Amino acid sequence: MAAKPMLHYFSGRGRMEPIRWLLAAAGVEFEETFIDTPEDFEKLRNDGSLMFPQVPVVEIDGMELVQSRPILNYNAAKHNLSGRDTKERALIDMYIEGVADVNEMILLLPISPPAEKDAKITLIKDRTANHYLPAFEKVLKSHGQDYLVGNRLSRADIQLVELIYYVEEIDPSLLTNFPLLKALKARISNLPTVKKFLQPGGARKPPVDEKILEKARKILKF
Amino acid sequence: MAAKPKLHYPNGRGRMESVRWVLAAAGVEFDEEFLETKDQLQKLQDGNHLLFQQVPMVEIDGMKLVQTRSILHYIADKHHLFGKDLKERTLIDMYVEGTLDLLELIIMHPFLKPDDQQKEVVNMAQKAIIRYFPVFEKVLRDHGQRFLVGNQLSLADIILLQTILALEEKIPNILSAFPHLQEFTVKISNIPTIKKFLEPGSKKKPPPDDIYVRTVYNLFMP
Repeated sequence: MAAKPMLHYFSGRGRMEPIRWLLAAAGVEFEETFIDTPEDFEKLRNDGSLMFPQVPVVEIDGMELVQSRPILNYNAAKHNLSGRDTKERALIDMYIEGVADVNEMILLLPISPPAEKDAKITLIKDRTANHYLPAFEKVLKSHGQDYLVGNRLSRADIQLVELIYYVEEIDPSLLTNFPLLKALKARISNLPTVKKFLQPGGARKPPVDEKILEKARKILKF
Repeated sequence: MAAKPKLHYPNGRGRMESVRWVLAAAGVEFDEEFLETKDQLQKLQDGNHLLFQQVPMVEIDGMKLVQTRSILHYIADKHHLFGKDLKERTLIDMYVEGTLDLLELIIMHPFLKPDDQQKEVVNMAQKAIIRYFPVFEKVLRDHGQRFLVGNQLSLADIILLQTILALEEKIPNILSAFPHLQEFTVKISNIPTIKKFLEPGSKKKPPPDDIYVRTVYNLFMP
């Protein structure tokens, strides 16, 4: 039987969280090696055959994968969450890249200079409310189906719902005008695999706090 | 007969240049509609042609694709530039993502404050020489093949060549310690479709100048 995938990252959301969401939703049990100190990180970089000396790293199926996108792409393809043909895949790709753009803004928010934070939050709220959420609501409205693409679950649904949770953490009222997105969130959250992930004791990581941020800063040196 | 793909972007490299490279390498002729004024962008946005109100956008095969990676992946899939199986695809993915991290520095460079631009050239050179080039040099040295993955042209080769040539414009001797990458550069440049793209009169765009920077500011600044 194949070994479980091993995730290498610090014990926080960061760039690993979408990978945790995807693996969990796909019903894949995985293990995590948390990088707690700069020495842990040095060991990882010097130890194996990392292509680039960075995290996230996922050991899976005999490979050491780096870079979030290849890790996500590999797992999505493996578990049939990437669409059934090139056109579905193109749609899914567009949707997840849009999600990634907003995620990136949210990810970098805690490390913005304090003077810029308010402007950044305003930008996130504005983009989400006026560009991204309307686009996805429109997609769901246009076909009236339960999932974004091809009338079946894909990584686009999982990754968008993850983002919806983050948007709500910033400001729950941002979701007010998007009933179909709220319904998608409920539907995906209730999938048995996702439900398990979201429960206390599940692999989902909490929002970033000062302690986690300081640790990450020391380890990843940013 | 299928219509030619149509690219929507300002008349310059930016985030569309990789798309031009890949289409050209695949031998696909394309048309371009250059965005020069805010009104043109507004028209595209108001007409719902841009999923997330942004460019690049490529009209291709009845779709309006946005998000650079989605566009690149679609073209790569269509023209057999993504390897022969999931493992090759994942390798290509990792190489491309690493290279795009480096290319991002080049794309953003003209928009930095003049005082920061020289410092950034040093940063780019360091990243290229310390982190990225050694990886690709080793890959080529280890398998002795002409292409990075699977002994055939892929997205990884095209994006790497694009990045190497862009870096050489700023740092002419950047490949001096990398004989296999030097050989790679010559060999890939001589592929007939790519050779044609590198000749005067092709759709390859010149390095960004003040006019391009001003156009981008006028288009995208609120």
